Amino acid sequence: MVAPLGRERRWRREQADRSPSRGVLVALVLACAVLVVLDKQGGEDSPVEAARRAVGEAIGPAESFSAEVVAPFAAVPDFFRSRDSLRDDVRELESENQRLRAEARTVDLDRNRLAAYDGLARTAADTGYSLVPARVIGVGPRQSFSQTVTIDAGSSAGVTPDLTVVNDDGLVGRVVRVTRTTATVLLLGDADSVVGGRLSKSMELGFLRGRGEIGSEALLDLDLVDDTVPVDEGDVVTTWGSEGGGPYVAGVPIGEVVSVTSSPRETSRTAAIAPYVDFTALDLVGVVVPGGTTSDRGLLSAEEGR
Amino acid sequence: MTAARVAAAGTLVVVAVVLQVSFFSHLAWDGVVPNLALLVVVGAALVRGPQFAAGLGFAAGVLLDLAPPADHVAGRWALALVLVGWVAGQVRQELRPSVPFVLATVGVCSLLGTSVFALTGVLLGDGLISLPDMVQVIAIALVWDVVLGLLVLPATMLLLRRLHPAGLAW
Repeated sequence: MVAPLGRERRWRREQADRSPSRGVLVALVLACAVLVVLDKQGGEDSPVEAARRAVGEAIGPAESFSAEVVAPFAAVPDFFRSRDSLRDDVRELESENQRLRAEARTVDLDRNRLAAYDGLARTAADTGYSLVPARVIGVGPRQSFSQTVTIDAGSSAGVTPDLTVVNDDGLVGRVVRVTRTTATVLLLGDADSVVGGRLSKSMELGFLRGRGEIGSEALLDLDLVDDTVPVDEGDVVTTWGSEGGGPYVAGVPIGEVVSVTSSPRETSRTAAIAPYVDFTALDLVGVVVPGGTTSDRGLLSAEEGR
Repeated sequence: MTAARVAAAGTLVVVAVVLQVSFFSHLAWDGVVPNLALLVVVGAALVRGPQFAAGLGFAAGVLLDLAPPADHVAGRWALALVLVGWVAGQVRQELRPSVPFVLATVGVCSLLGTSVFALTGVLLGDGLISLPDMVQVIAIALVWDVVLGLLVLPATMLLLRRLHPAGLAW
């Protein structure tokens, strides 16, 4: 109403608003830098880990609740997709059937491979581990350039860091940190993920690295320790595990070799591995815990599962 | 009133972060989800100016950095969103901003936020990925943010404007 006065007051406020904002900006940027340095240098016992845990305790249940609420809505696109996807499934199964028939005809169905599978089954039965069932309640955005998910099982369910996470297709990843009710899982495809892998056919060892890719076509790189070993497409890669089962237990199927590239200059060979697990459609997973772990939910033991 | 405003902005940020990981992950396009926290910060900047928005950006960024399943070096999203809040605050206008203006701001801020995050990752050697992948992610994020900004920003701005002290409203 009193235009000049109003304008002046507004202008003053503008000044008050804008001039100190540079100071505020500098302070906030410095705060960010401090946070980065603390987290980067501190490692496992930095104060940032404590903060992460505290935030996780608070946000975890909210994520859990939200995942529960949106689950029915999230399934909606599937209703519309179902007919098309069923048709796709039929086509896929038919082609797979054909391939399997052709394979069955080749009578010398690799005895070697069969032995490997047998061994695999035996390892799985012998490990004596149990599974904590859990559901994925949060997926890290790809903008963050790391591939992690939150699951709804935490320390009260017997989950601790550095445990193997699997689903019914194979290896999913490992637990990197836990809160009481949730755990963060680093997926195989993350660029920071390194897993010891073994070619089931030749029993050769190598290291699998994620490429930071996501989606159904995402691949992993297998660097073989001994690069004179023959590697064929379709070879199955399983984990070779480390002492005490952490972070990865032995004998969990990871994926199949889809292509092999060798670079004469580096005298090394790299195989591209297609993981069995579809990381874009993760839902029910199991965390491999040592037998006898106390948990607030029913554990699946290896014998029951089979 | 100030406390109410801070509480409202804080609640918006928490809701945004939670929805981002639990709901929008189902709608993810090539793994990229709309950055709701960034949209809330831009909304706050357009209503409240750079100082408030930079502070809110810091809070939202720290939450994004720490809330599970985040596993990158903490402080990266915080830095990105502080800059976003500050830059968006610079273009705040006296008058109610028009839709194209708001969307343009969102676009610039999305580019800025995602790029700053990606670049700090390169500088810190954290979660390295290839350049084409990075460009692709930034582009998809831009589209997502602008599309969702159409819905989220008017609501955010309306809420924050409502909580504005009556005498200072413009």
